[in-house]
Amino acid sequence: MDDTRDIEALIDLMARLPGLGPRSARRAVLALLKKRGQLMAPLAQAMANVALNARDCMVCGNIGTSELCPICADPARATGEICVVEDVADLWAMERGQAFKGRYHVLGGTLSALDSVGPDELGIPRLVARVASEGTREVILALNATVDGQTTAHYIADALAGSAAQITSLAQGVPVGGELDYLDDGTIGAALRARRRF
Amino acid sequence: MDWRDEGCIIAVRAHGESAAIIEVFTAVHGRHAGVVRGGASRRMAAVLQPGSQVAVAWQARLSEHMGVFSVEPLHLRSGLMADRLALAGLNAICALLHVALPERVAHPLLWRSTMALLAALEYGPGWPEEYLRWEAMLLEELGFGMDLGRCAVTGAREGLVYVSPKTGRAVSAAGAGDWAARLLPLPAVLLGQGRASAEELAQGFAVTGHFLARGLEPVLQGRPLPAARARLLDLLATL
Repeated sequence: MDDTRDIEALIDLMARLPGLGPRSARRAVLALLKKRGQLMAPLAQAMANVALNARDCMVCGNIGTSELCPICADPARATGEICVVEDVADLWAMERGQAFKGRYHVLGGTLSALDSVGPDELGIPRLVARVASEGTREVILALNATVDGQTTAHYIADALAGSAAQITSLAQGVPVGGELDYLDDGTIGAALRARRRF
Repeated sequence: MDWRDEGCIIAVRAHGESAAIIEVFTAVHGRHAGVVRGGASRRMAAVLQPGSQVAVAWQARLSEHMGVFSVEPLHLRSGLMADRLALAGLNAICALLHVALPERVAHPLLWRSTMALLAALEYGPGWPEEYLRWEAMLLEELGFGMDLGRCAVTGAREGLVYVSPKTGRAVSAAGAGDWAARLLPLPAVLLGQGRASAEELAQGFAVTGHFLARGLEPVLQGRPLPAARARLLDLLATL
């Protein structure tokens, strides 16, 4: 009876994860139980290690297992460019693309009057201090193309107006595989404004 | 229970992994919240942004339930994202509507005025004056309107240069006398007269801000007016 209670507790916890509900959590736990040696024990060990060691990078806010994340610790990435992203997931997305060779700054959210998230909660003063102290040449605002994301981008641009760094933002327009017929008016307008010689 | 209406999205929050709860300021049903199934999807992301003008269909088993919206875009305002001042204006409008309006109470005049103001954000440089007059109209719709028709002391209709912070009534220079220092300066733009300078706009926002903060005190409970409004005023002051 105690064992069943433990398994039910595990299912309840798994069901709280993104992408999983009670039924899919039950299936996942069953799969783990069937591969206790090959999958469940190593997974439990890995989770215990990460839970023990994971911490926010003290410079950029990325998640790592030491005080400095691998990106901030890598001298080759001291290019004088800082890419500002909303969340660690966005940082990982940028890293997947392998197009950016500089360093990051993770805000941890966007300004939101409704949720009482202000500049201090996002560490924007810390970003301003970092840009000044690191002699940054360019700050790339890679924030989401949402009202909250762009409001935050404008706020950061204003906060950095006195610095020597150039402020840029990601381009907005037609995504790869996008069809004009399915794009909203604003995206088409942004793409048209950002047109270039072909 | 079901109805169809047209409205402007004023707030969006995630609801679980795939849904969103939106607040829409509608023409007939006022500020109304509801769940949008699939609202967290990429397809809906461009539509479910504050400021988007949408056609909504609301359904619920009982009228007191939150209900479910289906949303069709009518006019998206993503073009505003590149304009920091217009974006600040949009945020201030949405934040004030969210804080100030009671749920499910129609405000047809305010709705029309809001739609006109949102359109002005996209097309006209003179919208800060319209925004100021919109705040005055919001006060009126909430029942905190100012009486700027005649002097509260002398009854004069000309030369109105102050407003009483207590009563919201206009006061002329002659009527103010020694009390002038305790009154709020009343810029001509709030009387619907001409274009406003930056200083007059700031005076106007001080007047509407005072009465909004006082009128909304039961809702704000000691908190200041929305930060989005303060951000807009800061930006306007730097122009």
